[in-house]
Amino acid sequence: MKHTFTSPDTKGYYGKFGGAYIPEMLHRNVEELQSKYLEIMYEKGFRNEFNALLKDYVGRPTPLFLAERLSKQFNTNIYLKREDLNHTGAHKINNAIGQVLLAQRLGKKRIIAETGAGQHGVATATVCALKGIECIVYMGVKDIERQAPNVARMRMLGAKVMPATSGSQTLKDATNEAIRDWINNPTDTHYVIGSVVGPHPYPDMVARFQSVISEETRWQLKEKTGSELPTHVVACVGGGSNAAGAFYHFLDEPQVQLVAVEAAGLGVNSGHSAATTQLGTAGVLHGSKSIVMQTEDGQVVEPHSISAGLDYPGIGPLHAHLFDSGRGKFLSATDDESVQAAFNLCKLEGIIPALESAHALAGLNQLQLKAKDVVVLCLSGRGDKDLATYMNRMDA
Amino acid sequence: MNRIEQVFKNKSNRVLNVYCTAGYPKLDSTLQVMQALQESGADLIELGMPYSDPLADGPVIQHSGSIALSNGMTIATLFKQLKDFRKTVTVPVILMGYMNPVMQYGFEKFCADAAAVGVDGLILPDLPQYEFETEYGAIIKKYGLDFIFLVTPETSEKRVKELDALSTGFLYAVSSSSTTGNDKDFGAVETYLQRLKNLQLKNPVLVGFGIKDKQTFESASKHSNGAIIGSAFVKALENSSDIKADTKKFIANVLS
Repeated sequence: MKHTFTSPDTKGYYGKFGGAYIPEMLHRNVEELQSKYLEIMYEKGFRNEFNALLKDYVGRPTPLFLAERLSKQFNTNIYLKREDLNHTGAHKINNAIGQVLLAQRLGKKRIIAETGAGQHGVATATVCALKGIECIVYMGVKDIERQAPNVARMRMLGAKVMPATSGSQTLKDATNEAIRDWINNPTDTHYVIGSVVGPHPYPDMVARFQSVISEETRWQLKEKTGSELPTHVVACVGGGSNAAGAFYHFLDEPQVQLVAVEAAGLGVNSGHSAATTQLGTAGVLHGSKSIVMQTEDGQVVEPHSISAGLDYPGIGPLHAHLFDSGRGKFLSATDDESVQAAFNLCKLEGIIPALESAHALAGLNQLQLKAKDVVVLCLSGRGDKDLATYMNRMDA
Repeated sequence: MNRIEQVFKNKSNRVLNVYCTAGYPKLDSTLQVMQALQESGADLIELGMPYSDPLADGPVIQHSGSIALSNGMTIATLFKQLKDFRKTVTVPVILMGYMNPVMQYGFEKFCADAAAVGVDGLILPDLPQYEFETEYGAIIKKYGLDFIFLVTPETSEKRVKELDALSTGFLYAVSSSSTTGNDKDFGAVETYLQRLKNLQLKNPVLVGFGIKDKQTFESASKHSNGAIIGSAFVKALENSSDIKADTKKFIANVLS
């Protein structure tokens, strides 16, 4: 079989990375997903319902916007894929809808999810409200404190927000708690993972649900430029779901440069960073083999980023493979660079980006772009949730 | 005949395996706890290697792991502590842990060092069957270590047989689908254990998760070869000022 980046092998491996490193207690649930996800996802009735919700509920297709003043600044052509205009304010809803519909077809009555900044939690709570399904969201105690508006949104949408009190009390621990909940509720519960991480088939399943981003980009770009292929696709990467979606239909187009921007925090070597490919080594986290930020003794370390959505010590196995194989170009942007890039976009284009997406924008400074280049940048979310952080930095 | 086989040859019922966390409650208490367990009548010892993200464990064992890590426990330190442990501990010892720290240490080096100090077997709950068969199983075997797979009430009969065939030493029957330290109704557990018994497995079966006292130990033993106690013992050591006495008291209670 021809090597392809769009599908892992039957055991869930992208090159050296992936697999399903799970305790036996999760085996039946994960195996059920492995054996059924593709069949369900590509069944006609499912496609129709999924596409109708993306259109009429989420508001897709999201615009592909030529950012003229930003383009002029970089002396190139920059198109913004406006995932920030989705219902709930980010790309996360694409995957939440897909997985909740899938869970219904598996006969599951209860949905659990983990969340860091709260975007995935809000998206999952939203879809559960829409479908009348019980929803429990695990969130680190520290994140509950620093992301109060999203906690309020989830509660208003009827979800139960469960504080993760173990370990470092952030996204990593919320994920641990969600996995434990799944172990303890093996028959009636589906775990909606929010990124392209976790045991096979989650990385592939989430990438496929998010692939609508690049599917639209291709025909939108063709309409605007006459060609479906840009020279660059740029996206931020924490676990990597918006990047996986933005890259997906370009993965097997080698002439398209795929650029992933990680969060450098206070600086890659500051000890307060989340730049996983720069700082991590091969390891197993949350059920898959990937690149993990860890101590010499194999203990997972707590990362830092100003962006809660990028504050994760791992990266999806697809991205680990893109990094390892050289197919993807990995950059990193610091907290400060990203905040500056966000203010720059506000000023030039009248768009307030999420802090996560601001990292992708900051990555533009590190690319040698030519006047003829066509850059697609995934603006994964809007910045309303980050206003407090931005306000603190206004005068800085 | 290795030490684990010997245990089950001498005793086919009410075999008691007790879990303790390395480096807990104090960094240097590892050996002391193991000796106390042996003196108190534990037939096997499952020694947990602490990890920052122990998915299969409940809050009690995770907490003990956090304390052990903050005490400074690492795999390298553990092997130093275990260097001469066979001078005083004769019961089988099984190391339990997670793949990530073991991979960082180096999987083969880990197996070599474990075998060299006198460890008998491994439990790595997040090492999957496929990776065991294609990569890691051969290394484990090369160093003469037993590898124990877990099965749960959700595990199909076909899969139980496969995992039994791959396991050596014993098979670890998780009493219910849950993380460690959870209370569940034991009636359903007995039906499940009877089901396992009817499969006539190659390995002895020890039951773990939810075993905490004499009553649960007896119920589990009724339909299996014995049981594993974890969280309840870890809890008993939490504020212990006399590890030997507290261990004796706890085990005596279970075996009374």
